[in-house]
Amino acid sequence: MLSSLRTGTQSLWRVSSRALQTTANLQHDSLFVHRDTPEDNPSIPFEFTAENQKRADALLNIYPEGHKRGAMIPLLDLAQRQNGGWLPISAMHKVADMLNLPKMRVYEVATFYTMFIRRPIGKYHLQVCTTTPCWLRGSDAVLKAITDTTGCHVGGNSPCGKFSVSEVECLGACVNAPMLQVNDDYYEDLTIEDTKEIIEKLKRDEKPKPGPRNGRFAAEPLGGLTSLTEEPTGPGYGLQDALKA
Amino acid sequence: MAGALARVVQATKTHIGVVGPLVNINNGSVRFQQTQTKTKFGPLSDSDRVFTNLYGRHDWRLKGALSRGDWYMTKEIMLKGTDWIVNELKTSGLRGRGGAGFPTGMKWSFMNKPSGGRPKYLVVNADEGEPGTCKDREIMRHDPHKLVEGCLVAGRAIGAQAAYIYIRGEFYNEASNLQVAIAEAYQAGLIGKNACGSGYDFDVFVHRGAGAYICGEETALIESIEGKQGKPRLKPPFPADVGLFGCPTTVNNVETIAVAPTICRRGGAWFASFGRTRNSGTKLFNISGHVNTPCTVEEEMSIPLKELIERHAGGVTGGWDNLLAIIPGGSSTPLIPKDVCETVLMDFDGLVAAQTSLGTAAIIVMDKSTDIVKAIARLIMFYKHESCGQCTPCREGVSWMNKIMYRFVDGNASPKEIDMLWELSKQIEGHTICALGDGAAWPVQGLIRHFRPELERRMAEHAAAHGPSKAERLY
Repeated sequence: MLSSLRTGTQSLWRVSSRALQTTANLQHDSLFVHRDTPEDNPSIPFEFTAENQKRADALLNIYPEGHKRGAMIPLLDLAQRQNGGWLPISAMHKVADMLNLPKMRVYEVATFYTMFIRRPIGKYHLQVCTTTPCWLRGSDAVLKAITDTTGCHVGGNSPCGKFSVSEVECLGACVNAPMLQVNDDYYEDLTIEDTKEIIEKLKRDEKPKPGPRNGRFAAEPLGGLTSLTEEPTGPGYGLQDALKA
Repeated sequence: MAGALARVVQATKTHIGVVGPLVNINNGSVRFQQTQTKTKFGPLSDSDRVFTNLYGRHDWRLKGALSRGDWYMTKEIMLKGTDWIVNELKTSGLRGRGGAGFPTGMKWSFMNKPSGGRPKYLVVNADEGEPGTCKDREIMRHDPHKLVEGCLVAGRAIGAQAAYIYIRGEFYNEASNLQVAIAEAYQAGLIGKNACGSGYDFDVFVHRGAGAYICGEETALIESIEGKQGKPRLKPPFPADVGLFGCPTTVNNVETIAVAPTICRRGGAWFASFGRTRNSGTKLFNISGHVNTPCTVEEEMSIPLKELIERHAGGVTGGWDNLLAIIPGGSSTPLIPKDVCETVLMDFDGLVAAQTSLGTAAIIVMDKSTDIVKAIARLIMFYKHESCGQCTPCREGVSWMNKIMYRFVDGNASPKEIDMLWELSKQIEGHTICALGDGAAWPVQGLIRHFRPELERRMAEHAAAHGPSKAERLY
């Protein structure tokens, strides 16, 4: 306590030039306030297409009467899909309208969840997992390969406008690390060459085959199964006595 | 985060040093008081595995699922009634597979009280986000009918009228597989009105999330389904009293729900015959990190960690002696160094005795080439990113820990700060609404507990090269 007081006063005269009050540094990787831009402002109209309106009605149907608000996240997701992968403020207003809620209730949800992107992004959203399990298996190199080949910095769009790169937290494919998500598809067990090949294909608008790239099908051990080698057992195998009529 | 590591586990931390079966967990059920006679655990034979299509080698749709024995005698199970199903689950000793390890049978029995005319809901937690964990994904894309059938059986046991499956938004393809399975089940009359011909009406809905780890906490998940920010609620009231839409709700992990029909079919005693008492059953293990063949595998509980890695994951890269440390249960659990890994058994009690936790049984292996401080620092960055910002100790404390940890990576810190960091993590742990704060504090505590010399070495090295750090001068 005393020592911190001492260091406090010491630092006061030592760095007295820092008298200006500044705002805190940005603690997060995305901006939480909306700024009107030519691409994203409330005067741009947003309507669901007829097809998506049907989907929206189906989504609203699964929540009980009086709790239709539950459909907010699915509706925002639908709006984002319709709008090419990002969520403009007018879509949030539309959802607020549909659910009969104050706009603020939608803003707070749209800013809370990381999958809602509130800035224009490229056609292919490349999300690289760099959390520890992927990092241990070389996700830094994968990320570097992506930023190099797309010319895009993390959190930004590529100069060609086709790609956006994000560094994301665990995507839940840890035994297939390192991995990359392109829009909805997972590309797993990547090497630097695989990553470059995927990007090159995307540049030509071909769809690379999703899934593991090292020859396995899913999450089994590479080079031979250690379990589930026998045929699965059929109906009624090992049925307990209480159920035997 | 799969209800990670609820305080149930924490209470048992006071029993550190007491080994194995003697660890006292207050289960309140006589079934768990039997003595341990079995001494060898694993490997499991294929005929005893629950998830027979784990690797997607077979058809995952209804026809394939029927041929593998799903939906077999579901009607008879339903007609046996609530008590019978709950009793089977209690006999099986199944403990929640999402991290906290709460006995499932007991959880379901909490729903067995008058609800005052309100409907009851089952919520399935498929918001798999704990780093290292990817078991539910395999169930949902390769064995979705196990989950749908599990929803029906669990729904019958708790008297629910509908199940909501909350699946993380990134799992788009998994969600569509699941949706197909649900549609097939509706068409075949297995769920919906008069499900399986049992006279019971039951609906299953899928709700996709939108990328928030915190929504794996049960009350945050409920908030999220209600269309709000995923911020955990204070308990009590517990979800069993006031949950989804204000109605009694049970939240269970995907794996817990998906094994329930098989337990009912083959009997609780069959399931209880695996693993040590109080830790019984089979379990999906994810082995990731520095192993030769990372994989997801179903094994018997209580299998020794070393055997699990060597048998299924091809061993540690560079051999067992190249092992540095293992995180045994997903990122929230403290790491254990090599000498502990030699003997530890993979179950709830065994890992608590090793001052860590089973969590979701996601094993992250780190060999000697790993920068262990950076590995933990990266995890803390994860928690900093995923903290919902509701409780001050977590929101501010985890940001501090993140800053301090990244200075520790370079060694630009004072050795006195190690104790400060420890104290800081203790101030977060247990002072937040949910267990995310605890989950963020434990990896740091594990690092300090086992790798303090490494931290001090880095600081000395940095001081020798650059002179005393700023922290050294200030504190």
